[in-house]
Amino acid sequence: MSLPSAGTSAVTLRDLERKFGEFVAVNRISLEVRQGEIFGFLGPNGAGKSTTIRMLCGLLEPTGGQGTVAGLDIRTQREEIKRHIGYMSQKFSLYDDLTVEENIDFFSGIYSVPRARKEARKAWVLDMANLQDHRRTRTGLLPAGWKQRLSLGCALLHEPRMLFLDEPTSGVDPLTRRAFWDLIYRMASEGVTVFVTTHYMEEAEYCDRLALIYRGELVALGTPAEMKDSLMADQVLCVTTDRSHEALGVAAAVAGVRDAALFGRDIHLMTGDAEALAPRLRRTLEEAGFQVGTVARITPSLEDVFVSLIEARDRAEGAQKEFKV
Amino acid sequence: MSGARSTTAFRPRRLAAVARKEFIHVLRDPRALGIAIVLPMIMLLIFGYALTMDLDRVPLAVWDQSRTPQSRELVSRFEGSRYFSLVARPDSYREVEASLAGGRTMMAVVIPVEFGRRVASGRTTAVQVLADGSDANTTTLALSYAESVVRGYSQEILVERIRRLTGRPPALPLDLRFRSWFNTDMESRIFIVPGLIAVIMMLITALLTSLTVAREWETGTMEQLVSTPLRGTELILGKLVPYFTIGMLDMLLSVLAGRFLFGVPIRGSLVLLFLVSAIYLVGALSLGILISAKAKTQLLASQFAFVATFLPAFLLSGFMFDIRNMPKALQVLTYLIPARYFVAFLRGLYLKGTGLAQLWPECLLMVLFGALMLLAAIHSFRKRLD
Repeated sequence: MSLPSAGTSAVTLRDLERKFGEFVAVNRISLEVRQGEIFGFLGPNGAGKSTTIRMLCGLLEPTGGQGTVAGLDIRTQREEIKRHIGYMSQKFSLYDDLTVEENIDFFSGIYSVPRARKEARKAWVLDMANLQDHRRTRTGLLPAGWKQRLSLGCALLHEPRMLFLDEPTSGVDPLTRRAFWDLIYRMASEGVTVFVTTHYMEEAEYCDRLALIYRGELVALGTPAEMKDSLMADQVLCVTTDRSHEALGVAAAVAGVRDAALFGRDIHLMTGDAEALAPRLRRTLEEAGFQVGTVARITPSLEDVFVSLIEARDRAEGAQKEFKV
Repeated sequence: MSGARSTTAFRPRRLAAVARKEFIHVLRDPRALGIAIVLPMIMLLIFGYALTMDLDRVPLAVWDQSRTPQSRELVSRFEGSRYFSLVARPDSYREVEASLAGGRTMMAVVIPVEFGRRVASGRTTAVQVLADGSDANTTTLALSYAESVVRGYSQEILVERIRRLTGRPPALPLDLRFRSWFNTDMESRIFIVPGLIAVIMMLITALLTSLTVAREWETGTMEQLVSTPLRGTELILGKLVPYFTIGMLDMLLSVLAGRFLFGVPIRGSLVLLFLVSAIYLVGALSLGILISAKAKTQLLASQFAFVATFLPAFLLSGFMFDIRNMPKALQVLTYLIPARYFVAFLRGLYLKGTGLAQLWPECLLMVLFGALMLLAAIHSFRKRLD
């Protein structure tokens, strides 16, 4: 048995929209996710990431537009979709009062894992989540990172071809997060398509392709490298000084600086022409009494890209509003 | 594709998975176990013993101003009655008043000074009975007991007088032969316990199930369930299984306690008793699930379940207050309370040994209630987050 084929697309969205009353949570998003890729859905809290993923998993009905998951219509074939996907919601959602094994058995029953495969799948989950020695431990007693691995395992019991993860690593430490991503890679290498939402920049770097969503709208789409190379209209100048905090205001006022932000102890400046700005900036800062270290153009990080894209959008919207008034 | 049909098809295995998980929840949750086993037993004990409507040993004060053989005879009749217990012998109206006001006595008998003399000379004599009328029902009952004591004595005096005049005792014109059926000793406990079982079943089951769906919404596990192929019917029926088991266990415990603790005999068929209880149980459990699915928080659900099940079952089912004495509007309302039918059924079966021949309307309405609630509960579960 194979999935109904929709070319090589695991997910296709056309003008997907979801309103809650007057509020537009997801505003006409169109995108495609290819089979076998790790697709990152990136955006600040409240941008509409969870709403989108819930529509894809058949938990919420769209108020407009179309979409397919594994070739199945997200409006009319929602129950069918649920058989072919694994979903991990933002909130930890296993039963705390059940043991590790009981949780696995429960979801195994719910997903109708064939009896012949049941024990093998359980062993696989225990192995993947590294919980062989804790199969009789109450799930509520496990550390957060372990619970997340078990959640992932339970969502994969029925060997779905698509995995939807809604902020799977929120609230765990960076090491655990990294270990969790190793599991995601492992799934992807076995051919599972992974759709993951996050607001961590370093996680975005791990994805094959990214969509940036902001206030319900799709702002950018591409691989991390594409985003850094081509989507960035501005160049980034990195400045080190002795008193960055105070220097920020002075630097921001220099002609040609479109935006200035602190990154650790450095100042990042967005500008149209970094070569021309560098000497002028050094002079201005030194005249103002700051000790300037290096002034250099750098490759923007994803965070630079997103800050730049989002601020450009805010500026455009602001201008539009002023124009209307 | 072959899977298209099996997705929407009912799968017993998914139901079994839910039922097994719910059993584990209950067995590991001391609160649920408490509601399931301890609460019904406490209710049975408290109501079974405390909620007696019988009046025994009314605390009585007697002020005998006459102090004659005749007055002592009257007092001894009060003392001999099992309905009265002589607790005070005041010597003034002030003391009589104090004992009534203080609640030490419920009734006072005042025998006038001339009592003995007037009785001996064959003239009519007044005996004063003062009662604490705060609780009208009890007072009426106590007064009727007092009246029968006094009348009995009065009649005997009359009979004695006639015998002395005519040389033989007179034949009384009317002789009341009173016999109480079904509850021969007229113990209210025998009347209360069957009704109590109905109230307990309603409260316990609705309280238990009211938490089960709301808890899944609160903890977020419902979102996970909604993302799986699990169907609403499988979820709701799966959740019903363990609570149904507990409910039947409670029923068994209540029946055993009624039989052996309170000595309430069961005159009807045991099979019918448990069969109809099972139907009533499905209705009550489904009502709890319905409340739970609508409320979405455990606190709201349990409070609502209490108000929506216990109060009507307690007040409007005929368990506490006779439906025939209620205002018309309330009487109409009681037809909507399923406990009304179960109370009537249990009393009929327990006390009169009646079966389906007489009780079929009640049974039919309970089947209807159960089916409606079950359907409503299943449909209350929307496999969506919005």
